Amino acid sequence: MAFRPFGAALATAVTLAFATSSAGAVTEIQWWHAMTGPNNDVVVKLANDFNASQSDYRIVPAFKGSYADVLNAGIAAFRAGNAPGIMQVFEVGTATMMAAKGAIKPVYALMKEQGEAFDPKSYLPAITGYYSTEKGDMLSFPFNSSSMVMWVNLDALKKPGIDAPPKTWPEVFEDARKLHATNPTCGFSSSWVTWGFIEQFSAWHNVPIGTKANGLDGFDTVLEFNTPLETKLLENLVELQKDKSYDYSGRTNTGEGRFTSGECALYMTSSAFYPNVKANAKFAYTAVAMPYFPDVAGAPQNSIIGGASLWVMGGKSAEEYKGIARFFSFLSDTDRQVYLHEVSGYLPITKAAYEKTIASGFYKDNPILEVPLKELTNREPTENSRGLRFGSMVQMRDVWSEEIEAALAGKKSAREALDAAVSRGNQMLRQFERTAAK
Amino acid sequence: MENRAIFSGKTLAYLLVLPQLAISLIFFYWPAAQALWQSFLVQDAFGLSTEFVWFENYVELLKTPEYYHAIGVSFAFSALVVFFSMTLGLLLAVMANQNIPGVQIYRTFLIIPYAVAPAVASAVFIFMFQPGLGMIARALQRSGIDWNPVLNGTHAMILVVIVAVWNQISYNFLFFLAGLQSIPKSVIEAAAIDGARPMRRFWTIVFPLLSPTTFFLIVINITYAFFNTLGIIDTATGGGPNGATATLVYKVFLDGKGGSDLGGSAAQSVILMIIVVVLTAIQFRYVEKKVHY
Repeated sequence: MAFRPFGAALATAVTLAFATSSAGAVTEIQWWHAMTGPNNDVVVKLANDFNASQSDYRIVPAFKGSYADVLNAGIAAFRAGNAPGIMQVFEVGTATMMAAKGAIKPVYALMKEQGEAFDPKSYLPAITGYYSTEKGDMLSFPFNSSSMVMWVNLDALKKPGIDAPPKTWPEVFEDARKLHATNPTCGFSSSWVTWGFIEQFSAWHNVPIGTKANGLDGFDTVLEFNTPLETKLLENLVELQKDKSYDYSGRTNTGEGRFTSGECALYMTSSAFYPNVKANAKFAYTAVAMPYFPDVAGAPQNSIIGGASLWVMGGKSAEEYKGIARFFSFLSDTDRQVYLHEVSGYLPITKAAYEKTIASGFYKDNPILEVPLKELTNREPTENSRGLRFGSMVQMRDVWSEEIEAALAGKKSAREALDAAVSRGNQMLRQFERTAAK
Repeated sequence: MENRAIFSGKTLAYLLVLPQLAISLIFFYWPAAQALWQSFLVQDAFGLSTEFVWFENYVELLKTPEYYHAIGVSFAFSALVVFFSMTLGLLLAVMANQNIPGVQIYRTFLIIPYAVAPAVASAVFIFMFQPGLGMIARALQRSGIDWNPVLNGTHAMILVVIVAVWNQISYNFLFFLAGLQSIPKSVIEAAAIDGARPMRRFWTIVFPLLSPTTFFLIVINITYAFFNTLGIIDTATGGGPNGATATLVYKVFLDGKGGSDLGGSAAQSVILMIIVVVLTAIQFRYVEKKVHY
């Protein structure tokens, strides 16, 4: 028969494998991620380094597309009984993941079961707070984190005679008008509109987005960001949008080229924009902390993170879990974190790594990389600035963006838009609570 | 007199249509039934908890004003896409159906856009129309038009219509050209001898004789505009700004994939299915009567 030689070969191979390696087969662990370009290289290097450091486990990274694609692929794979061991999920997918009890394995439980040394206190609280329960138990392992900063084109600022980058919102509004006089298409702009103007804005001013510590303490959270403070920000932006002193650049970061091309001199977006600016900006630039309203007591508070964390999926073998726990210990290593921070521009996740980077004098040459860290650690996080956790957050961001767009286009007042964003969002939260409660 | 094959029994006939039936069942009816079933459920993303809720997803859906807005957007978008892609396709086909030098080259080039994937076409167009970066956007801004599809709903709609039309013209062109070539030359020549000018010849002879092609293309183009433009809208505008380009099918995609609201999304797709079935039925019932085969 045709398949007999193959069967014989297989049998020999199996016998050989057992005969030559007393340690048994290598356990493979799938790691699905969304990193592209240089950051994809970092993922591959981490996996290779880990695989070379021991012989029992093999981490196999697989690129699955955008963050949303990874989440959807993971969900589909889980439904088909085929989930990967580790899945990289963006911060707004956190509620979806943690609600799926049985589909996931919390990181704190994993580390405890496997007896790996693990002290949640050694991680930066502004980062782990986002991924922990109200009791402080870490559910997922922070991987790549960034925060929002204001990118400044120093050359363009000189034209209308602005001496220093703006620190407060009133200064931003004033500078945007001055910049508009020298450049009619754009003074100030931004990416990730809801992350910046609702999520970060609330944390930075120590005001809540929703009840129950922005949803971190329970799915029965109710949105409440339609306040006079939020309205004031949006009203000002609407006013500036009329003559393009502020010019909207879309919901995601597709408009970031408007900063590097020199069109928009002030641009709020992620600190992870750094490698792109470094490669493409042909002018003197810097990044400064997000602006705040000086009349708000306690502002600025601290910023929150964006980025992604690694989730461990449920229903895997004990061997796989052992390997994943080892891999997480490997990732937490101080020198490795320092290295990751310096090559990728993402933030270090442990206090030791941050301190070591400071001590090495790295920030003297790269002050921009310290700006988001200073924002995150500006003050001890409060209920309003630990992070946020709302179900259906991906879709909710779209809804909020829609309403902000309606206000900027002059179809609704700022207050009406925020009211609608809150009520539509609450409807989605109730729907989510219903499916998640069981 | 009928010229029909006679089978001794029905078994062979059933056996012969079986593959087609199997394909229809597996790829059309089974998923449609799944969608129908899913639309009665409330379920979390991972499928860990499921609740049967009868028509609640539909009731919730019909309570949201955004859904009615999406219906309006869908019909406006489809009407624009069908009208422009068909008229332009017909115009180009008539032009390319003449005896002019290099006509084969024109024809080939006119068909090429159909080979471009919608998402790719969309990406290219976004780049050209990106305010501040794209060539066309800059030209528009220089001529005093405040082109801004990220905030202006009308501009966003124009952008997606242009991409969708551009993508579909080749298909319509191809069918119209084939239709034109099947019209007997003698009829047109006879009319010309009787003194009918080209415009009159077109409207009284060519256009009526093209009606089977036109009818077929209307059905196909409506289906295209309703369903196959998802990739274009996703890449070009993401349904924005403020839902101005969120068609029904895009909302199904957005709520199901991004929102993990499978029940609500399934309810939407069932309604969408009904709309398209009704539209097609109307066409076959009433419009087809005007078609000359």
